[in-house]
Amino acid sequence: MTTYLIKGARPLGGAPADILVTDGRIAAIGDSLDATGAEVVQAAGLVALPGLVDLHTHLREPGREDAETVQTGSRAAALGGFTAVHAMANTDPVADTAGVVEQVWRLGQEAGLVDVVPVGAVTVGLAGERLAELGAMADSAARVRVFSDDGHCVADPALMRRALEYVKAFDGVIAQHAEEPRLTAGAQMHEGDRSARLGLTGWPAAAEEAIIARDVLLAEHVGARLHVCHVSTAGSVEILRWAKSRGVRVTAEVTPHHLLLTDACAESYDPVFKVNPPLRTDADVEALRAGLADGTIDAVGTDHAPHAVEDKESEWAQARPGMLGLEQALSVVIETMVEPGRLDWAGVADRMSVRPAQIGRLADHGRPIAPGEPANLVLVDPTARAAVDPAALASRSRNSPYAGRELPGRVVATFLRGTATVLDGKATR
Amino acid sequence: MKRHLLEAADLDRDDATLVLDTAAQIDQALAGREVKKLPTLRGRTVVNLFYEDSTRTRISFELAAKRLSADVINFSAKGSSVSKGESLKDTALTLEAMGADGVVVRHSASGAPHRLAHWVRGSVVNAGDGTHEHPTQALLDAYTIRQRLGRLDGVRVTIVGDVLHSRVARSNVGLLHTLGAQVTLVAPPTLLPVGVGSWPAEVGYDLDAALPKSDVVMMLRVQAERMNASFFPSAREYSRRYGLDARRMAALPDEAIVMHPGPMNRGMEIAAEVADSVRSTIVEQVANGVSTRMAVLYLLLGGSPQ
Repeated sequence: MTTYLIKGARPLGGAPADILVTDGRIAAIGDSLDATGAEVVQAAGLVALPGLVDLHTHLREPGREDAETVQTGSRAAALGGFTAVHAMANTDPVADTAGVVEQVWRLGQEAGLVDVVPVGAVTVGLAGERLAELGAMADSAARVRVFSDDGHCVADPALMRRALEYVKAFDGVIAQHAEEPRLTAGAQMHEGDRSARLGLTGWPAAAEEAIIARDVLLAEHVGARLHVCHVSTAGSVEILRWAKSRGVRVTAEVTPHHLLLTDACAESYDPVFKVNPPLRTDADVEALRAGLADGTIDAVGTDHAPHAVEDKESEWAQARPGMLGLEQALSVVIETMVEPGRLDWAGVADRMSVRPAQIGRLADHGRPIAPGEPANLVLVDPTARAAVDPAALASRSRNSPYAGRELPGRVVATFLRGTATVLDGKATR
Repeated sequence: MKRHLLEAADLDRDDATLVLDTAAQIDQALAGREVKKLPTLRGRTVVNLFYEDSTRTRISFELAAKRLSADVINFSAKGSSVSKGESLKDTALTLEAMGADGVVVRHSASGAPHRLAHWVRGSVVNAGDGTHEHPTQALLDAYTIRQRLGRLDGVRVTIVGDVLHSRVARSNVGLLHTLGAQVTLVAPPTLLPVGVGSWPAEVGYDLDAALPKSDVVMMLRVQAERMNASFFPSAREYSRRYGLDARRMAALPDEAIVMHPGPMNRGMEIAAEVADSVRSTIVEQVANGVSTRMAVLYLLLGGSPQ
């Protein structure tokens, strides 16, 4: 195994130091370390962070390998600075059995670029009717701890309560896609001034907030862990803040696109901006940034959702919802949180690595940058700025909402347990 | 004028007035003529691309293009490659390859004409997209109001009914505002979009209160099926609270007119005796639709006016 000497990086944006990586671990940190035989990575000016952890990735395999595979999605993740991604369960077949989650987990091992951590479906076939074999998935080689019907809400309150309770047996967590389905039938975009004008069926903020309010009460009642996927409204942030103040065991994530983009994007009718939950208002964006800054929102989750060209090059209503996120997530966080001074680098590490790793119960990830720790690291150049070119992305799909937009931050290198998955901004495999 | 007519906002006051004036000139030019045809668009090709059944709008556009001597192709979604699953983009590229100078599109998806405009070089005219807009309907309505009342500036227009699902309402609010009219929307709150407060229009729930202050009442079609989704309790209750019958019509100022974009639900939003009264402009609207659409096609495809 290659030994790496990372020269002059700034751990969590602090004073420059050398980091020696040997046998998958951080061997030493200090000034002017000398290690003969080590491959030197010049890192002057680069910020070193623990490898990023995504709680919310759609890798599309099995079933839609034309949109993404575990291999291509893993490469996109590594290039985005991630060392672990949670692969959502809405594949075909659905990841609702030990067999499917083990298959996804093995594909991730074979790709070898990030730890692919399968998410198990809460209900059989995501149908919202009866529990999938959650225990079997937890006990499988994939060691599933996060369960989600993402794409669908576990709308039945009794079923949601049982799911929250049941996974306590193996320290699992239910990651809820909060969307009251009766309030969002046919919904196309955020319901407000713009939907009224554009004639697109509205997706009211209350449809998200009502489910979050219900679920934090259920989680409190049964003493279970709840995670809320892709929080998108100011009201949701308020409810989460209230729930946390009561000691409810709730965590939440926000997507990069909800931190940056608003429903104004829908005015183009370009379905690349169609996503679920939809892009919201300036006031929501501000509340989400504030919530992420003060920790009410625990994590950034990409909701990376690759789609084939024909599923996006259509009328708005016909297009599938979702957008790419893995390769630009860190850049968007730098743009929206770091540059405006709302989050320092330690904060970025906390929201993009430490807390998501804790929520997913990943022991090797989100660790301090310290001797003896697993060498899951990312080196980022925070000053580099470049326009996003969808054709240059590693993802098999091209549905990036950031096409042509200049964003800060370039991932220079990523290390997964001491193995370089990205060097000089290029994937190593 | 912009290259496409996708929504009322594509027309500023000068453009909109130009369309109405051009329509009036066309009416004058054709009045009393035996051959109702102008040579203006000879050699140009207009495609009517209709993804929704709409006999009246399609015929109106077809007649408008033919009276301008354009070659007209009717491309209906039924019985064409579209029903075999061809995408909007592929259809657009096909039309482009055939050299369409203008594409008139009717589609059930809001924004479909905007997408189409990205993929074709010719001018795109929105003939109604989902619950978004129907700008030529608003132009013909404005033309009809001006014809009857002699002006648009300061005219008080009350639009009644299913504003939420109405592309006619959206286009009329925008265009009439541009042309200086004062628009009031009256509907049950369930049939007004959240966000309607940002429109350049007054909003009310009481038809009886609005009628004496209306120079124009525009009744929108209300589908009885909406009651199944609880937008209102029953057709009868809707009709009682928001239907225009003879008693309500009597509350209008003397010169006021009654409009309806068609097709009507007689007995639902409008009583037969109102639809057939002298105040009603419903038949004129149909006739004016042809001349207004001729004006639009002429201005978009025929170059600058004389």
